[in-house]
Amino acid sequence: MPEIMNPPSSSRIKVRPATEREGRKDYISIRDYGFWYGQKKALDAISLDIPERQVVAFIGPSGCGKSTLLRNLNRMNDLVDDVRHEGDITISGRSIYDAGLEVISLRRRVGMVFQKSNPFPKSVFENVVYALRVVGVRDRAVLEEACETSLRKAALWDEVKDRLDDSALGLSGGQMQRLCIARAIANRPEILLMDEPCSALDPIATGKIEELIHELKDQFTIVIVTHSMQQAARVSDRTAFFYLGKQIEYDTTEKIFMNPSQAQTEAYISGRFG
Amino acid sequence: MDKSSDSSTPRGEGWVWFTGLGLIIGLGMVIGLLSLVVMNGVTVFWAPKVPVALVDDGRTIIGQLAQRRIRAGSPADHPRYELQYQVGLRELNGNSYLWVDEAKIKSESFPADVLGLERVENGPAFVRPLSLRKSDGKLIAITDSAFEPAFQAEVAAASAVREKLVEITRHRIGDVNEEMDKARVALRRAEDLKLAAEIADRRRQIAGLEVRFASLQAEAKKVVEGGAVASLVSKDAAGREVVVPLTQVIRAWFPNRLDTWGRVQLFFSRLGEFIFDEPREANTEGGLMPAIFGTLVMTVFMSLMVTPFGVITAIYLREYAQNGPVLRIVRISVNNLAGVPSIVFGVFGLGFFVYVLGGSIDQLFFADQLKYNNNTPVFGTGGLLWCSLTLALMTLPVVIVATEEALAAVPRGMREASLATGASKWQTIRDILLPASAPGILTGVILAMARGAGEVAPLMLVGVVKLAPTLPFDGSAPFLHMDRKFMHLGFHVYDLGFQSPDSDAARPMVFATTLLLIVLVVCLNIGAIWIRNRLRARFKGASF
Ligand SMILES: Nc1ncnc2c1ncn2[C@@H]1O[C@H](COP(=O)(O)OP(=O)(O)OP(=O)(O)O)[C@@H](O)[C@H]1O
Ligand SMILES: [Mg+2]
Repeated sequence: MPEIMNPPSSSRIKVRPATEREGRKDYISIRDYGFWYGQKKALDAISLDIPERQVVAFIGPSGCGKSTLLRNLNRMNDLVDDVRHEGDITISGRSIYDAGLEVISLRRRVGMVFQKSNPFPKSVFENVVYALRVVGVRDRAVLEEACETSLRKAALWDEVKDRLDDSALGLSGGQMQRLCIARAIANRPEILLMDEPCSALDPIATGKIEELIHELKDQFTIVIVTHSMQQAARVSDRTAFFYLGKQIEYDTTEKIFMNPSQAQTEAYISGRFG
Repeated sequence: MDKSSDSSTPRGEGWVWFTGLGLIIGLGMVIGLLSLVVMNGVTVFWAPKVPVALVDDGRTIIGQLAQRRIRAGSPADHPRYELQYQVGLRELNGNSYLWVDEAKIKSESFPADVLGLERVENGPAFVRPLSLRKSDGKLIAITDSAFEPAFQAEVAAASAVREKLVEITRHRIGDVNEEMDKARVALRRAEDLKLAAEIADRRRQIAGLEVRFASLQAEAKKVVEGGAVASLVSKDAAGREVVVPLTQVIRAWFPNRLDTWGRVQLFFSRLGEFIFDEPREANTEGGLMPAIFGTLVMTVFMSLMVTPFGVITAIYLREYAQNGPVLRIVRISVNNLAGVPSIVFGVFGLGFFVYVLGGSIDQLFFADQLKYNNNTPVFGTGGLLWCSLTLALMTLPVVIVATEEALAAVPRGMREASLATGASKWQTIRDILLPASAPGILTGVILAMARGAGEVAPLMLVGVVKLAPTLPFDGSAPFLHMDRKFMHLGFHVYDLGFQSPDSDAARPMVFATTLLLIVLVVCLNIGAIWIRNRLRARFKGASF
């Protein structure tokens, strides 16, 4: 239940109290993690635990390394030339850099939604079931079923159920982003990474996606990067604040927004820099 | 604002005019070229009026005006013209074309009885008919009203006979000959290996074929003898009597009597012959069917070969190869390949494809054929396959570069989205990158096709011939004969224009053939562009 509170530094931000649910506290565990693009160190000594089935928000000024950390959780940064890391990231206790773990199977467990919606130039249906096609599902009934469930979860079903065979490129921006979410959850990943999913959307579409995040967290562990303090406060259970590649503070969202322990955090969320 | 920056605007305008001028010159050249080809190419089939001209020196000329030009050495302010007439009757006049000083022509009239004849041999004729000697020996004078219907009927009957004859001699006897050749090779092999049963079989087969051959020849003879022996008695410009057997006549028309509709009909009849018939008279007459077909088939095969090769290479270069000096060198080499003169590819095609590859194929699969058929190569000589391959190699860089560019132009987000759902690299390429870059790839294929279809030089070395006895495609298995030599429109233009014994007669055909080649290339391109636009439409329509 959202409540209005009056934290000293950010008076107009609504904060939801952290929901306590069953699940591993250190579901995703990042330990002393550092990351370089060539000679440039983009992340430095990051250590944080993300509990199962919670929403964690990454906030911080532009260029502080939020996306870099997020993209390392499913090893998307492997695509960049000349990168290197130190420390380790484990999911359910297993390192994502484990030689026996194929990056493809990692990515099947860790879905991702990008800042700019990026539907494929295919039909709505084919977009949603792409992840299933990739693993070789051919049964039409299974695909249709998965398509409908994912679209319903992404709150898009009613809008597109009559145009499943139309090109996805004909959807509106907000619909496309929700389509990308549907696509990311179609193969039931355990973790959903979202990199500023609402930055190109209007308030109504943003609201829909935020509602969606509420619903999805019953099943998924969600990590979201956002530039909107309000959004972080509204949707997340825990929040991490980064600055210049360093993790400044990581705590429950309530604590970060109402009673941050670091002066830098307070300055940032109250809008004094960023 | 100071003056110097002000004055830069007019200077900039100057460059606009300069670039505009470049465009105009370029466009002008293209339009000039096209209109020259179209004008000259289309008028070949049009039948103008044919004058009977009286010349100063007492000669009479009956002929179709072919050219008018300024006489060499005539003063620039008072140019004197000379006219070229196509008078035909090569067997009598020695030459079908005749130059006359325009000033020396006393009078010109257009009598209605002038008759134009297209003949199987010796080119056209322009005569004034006197009478028709029908096949039953009866004479019908031109003045008789029964002349014209009887004449047309006899011409039709004669051409039916001629077609039947062609069918027998060229096609059926040709088939028998081909079978005979195969049987003889098989017989020689059987004799060599002492296969008694097969020897007997083959001997029997050959005997059977010989019987068929003889009966076909007899049939042909009967057709010739039993057919129309009607002939047209007429006189030529000089008043000599000319007797033309109607079996020689392909088309006859009264040029000065035809109404416009008649001329249009004649135009399309000739155009149809040009497109659908086989060539006659050292390619200066008749149709271009084999050349059109050869060009088309070769271009399509070239595209079918170059596209997968180029696309696969580009995928490797762009998606898999490690960035580094080696890759850079490979890229530079590929780009330089595009600048190599095409004849070099011809030499390479001959040396590698024909002799090495074709030679090995013959050794491996056609050893018997070589051994028992006087070392006649099958694939070890120029042919459709090697032509397509040579041109595919030549146009490879175009497709590689276009594909690489198209792959690079696929938005990064799309690639990442696919990989993030757990697709492998290959799945991403196959399902996302290739479909999205298909329009760009097709653009490359279109360019390759345009270049390949018009290329002649390398083809002369690896399999294009002046006159191919058979099409590369026919009813006998395997239907498409990639080893056969074939005819090509581009080579045809070269052959007509520079190798023809009768350059005057060849001239109009050069233009018509050029026009046809251009039309063919344009059609191929339009087809490919149409496909590309349909693909493109599928990827358009993003709304934000
Ligand atoms: N592919 C790359 N190659 C080199 N440097 C990169 C690359 N991607 C990011 N960086 C650098 O790494 C640092 C962190 O970038 P990152 O994208 O993680 O920032 P961010 O916090 O997501 O910023 P924003 O809020 O603007 O998205 C930046 O200094 C950036 O310039
Ligand atoms: Mg970012």
